[in-house]
Amino acid sequence: MKTLNVTNNKVKYLLIPIIIVLAGVIMYFVNGGFNFDVEFMGGIKMQVDMQGAFDNQEVKTYLEEKTGINPIIVQKVGDGTQASIKTQPIEEEKKVEIYAALKEKYALTAEEPMSVNSASASFGLAVQQKAFLYTLIALLCILAYIAIRFEWRSAVTAIAALAINILVMMAVYAITQTPLNTTFIAAMLTVVGYSINNTIVVFDRIRENMRGFNAKKGVSVSEIVNKSINESMGRTINTTITTLITIVLLYIIGVASIKEFAFPLIVGVLAGAYSSIFVASPWWAAWKEAEIAAKSQKK
Amino acid sequence: MKKKSIIVLVFMLLLAVLINYVAFFGYNIAGFTYGGMFDEEKGIRKGIDLAGGSVITFQADYENPTEDQMNIVESIFTARLNNAGYTEARISKDETGQITVEIPSVFETDEAAGLLGSTAQLSFVDADGNVVLDGATDIKNAEAMYGPVGTAGVSEHYVQLTLTSEAIQKFADATRAAVALKGEGKNFIAIKMDDAILSQPRVEEEINSETCIISGSFETAADTQTLANQIKSGALPFALSVITQNTIGAELGESALPTSLLAAGIGILVVMLFMIIMYRIPGLIADLALLFYVGLIALFMGILRVNLSLSGIAGIILSIGMAVDANVIIFERLKEEMKLGKTIKASVEAGFSKAFGAILDSNVTTIITCVVLYLSGIGTIRGFAVTLGWGVVVSMFTAIVITKFLLKQFVKLNIKNRKLFCA
Repeated sequence: MKTLNVTNNKVKYLLIPIIIVLAGVIMYFVNGGFNFDVEFMGGIKMQVDMQGAFDNQEVKTYLEEKTGINPIIVQKVGDGTQASIKTQPIEEEKKVEIYAALKEKYALTAEEPMSVNSASASFGLAVQQKAFLYTLIALLCILAYIAIRFEWRSAVTAIAALAINILVMMAVYAITQTPLNTTFIAAMLTVVGYSINNTIVVFDRIRENMRGFNAKKGVSVSEIVNKSINESMGRTINTTITTLITIVLLYIIGVASIKEFAFPLIVGVLAGAYSSIFVASPWWAAWKEAEIAAKSQKK
Repeated sequence: MKKKSIIVLVFMLLLAVLINYVAFFGYNIAGFTYGGMFDEEKGIRKGIDLAGGSVITFQADYENPTEDQMNIVESIFTARLNNAGYTEARISKDETGQITVEIPSVFETDEAAGLLGSTAQLSFVDADGNVVLDGATDIKNAEAMYGPVGTAGVSEHYVQLTLTSEAIQKFADATRAAVALKGEGKNFIAIKMDDAILSQPRVEEEINSETCIISGSFETAADTQTLANQIKSGALPFALSVITQNTIGAELGESALPTSLLAAGIGILVVMLFMIIMYRIPGLIADLALLFYVGLIALFMGILRVNLSLSGIAGIILSIGMAVDANVIIFERLKEEMKLGKTIKASVEAGFSKAFGAILDSNVTTIITCVVLYLSGIGTIRGFAVTLGWGVVVSMFTAIVITKFLLKQFVKLNIKNRKLFCA
């Protein structure tokens, strides 16, 4: 297998995540923010079987005029014949009005929507805060664990790589307008756990290869890190493939709500593998080398 | 030596198949029965997103409710749900005064929310606003009835209350007092549920009876049934408001589980194939370990009656990928050791011991994430954390202990062809 010189190209490798994040920021403003689900923002969301093809904009305009509720967001879900209809926080009774209006215009046969979900604005806020808090706690716990098992520089670079992952995922959510709900948190944290997994396997290899390291021997930290990355490359690729197999199948076969969950996971797993190889380790090497250089100058 | 190893390997294969069979289809031996994980009675509990139904979360309109108060709310909710026939319902509460009710196969979410959420403080109030009887302490029983009421003899729906012995006396006193005020036109007693007046009968004479009725405001049997149910189950210690409610149609739920299982099944087969192609004999062993893993996880979830939701399925499917990861790490190591020219036996030993650190550290971080997720208390996330967490723990066992055991048996077979060991 061709060996990659990751440490020399570490700045170049940062470009891909930076481009994705930038695209995310642009799309964030183009789309007017994230597509928050009712669990986070409050409001009513229903999934309706439209029994055929329909136009999002047409349904939206019709519903807004008919019910006087503004704005109403209409998206296609499933195979394109189902609609997800979402409002801001409003009275519970409005859901009956919305469905009645749809039923009348599109001659729907079902008496009820396929699912209805409603939440108050305060509930949404509480869930948002909780989600943020627990993600932070999880990150701190992982940071502490790595600092104990490896060293604090490893912990910091691992978390920095993670932060990039999270930003990439947020960007994907902004670009694709995937609804942000509680499964978003689950997806986020899975990816956190998973990419930390990857990073640790590489770090474990570095730790092993660094044993008996002596700067005077003529082997640089970068060389060791490169060697470690290339040695663990087979594992990283194969593991990513086996994990992706199940998630991709879930995405292809699963129902709408599973798709919403599987898609960001696919992105996250890919980003996790990428950042553990191309971000965490080379920057750790650069940091370690800078430190060794500083020490030898002192002498 | 060889013979013994072959016997052990065949035995392990049969054991793996047996575990899977029991986990999915159950057993029935000498009176001990288990219906498998999809058994309606004893298997996994299907979350609302898989079974269809209603989920309602209430928030107490009260600062810092105590644990006792929340327990009272829970028992009242349980009583109301049982009386309404929603025996499959599940209730969970947290320390911040939130209480969530899941009712499978019931789609009238608004009615259920109304039934559960109202305080149901029944009171009898005289013309001056004094409470003469209180639903919480003075009513022994309440029943929905239908029949002729009053002197006109027209049949209608009404609720019959049975009073406690002290209440009979109190009611007699109150009615006597009311009769005395007849001259001022104040000879009535209002029966109120929370702030709504249910009926306000005129009192013509002192009433000294064990029962009394509430009538005049009910149109259907369901109305009286709900009221009787609420009175019987008692009043909530404080008002509760609905903060989120969710109705999932049966149709949507029904397709979620089979499609996810199909994805899992195909996923497992593809992963197994991948492992054999990549790692030959060790890959085959990993597949056997994976078979053990699937069986054990299904068995655990069935026996522990895990509440399986959509996100939980996602957790399991992800854990399958992670279960294979430990084996991939070991086998990549094995390959490297063999490239160094070591014997197969020495390579297996070295591969396991060198891979262990990475496997342990990576799994511990996943478990940390699962624990934190579980503690978040957010329902959908909990389901995910539980299944992924169990998955990681079980997979550590199957991927390390079982794989190592099996691989050693293969080493004893004394296979000379190193190519079969992924070199």
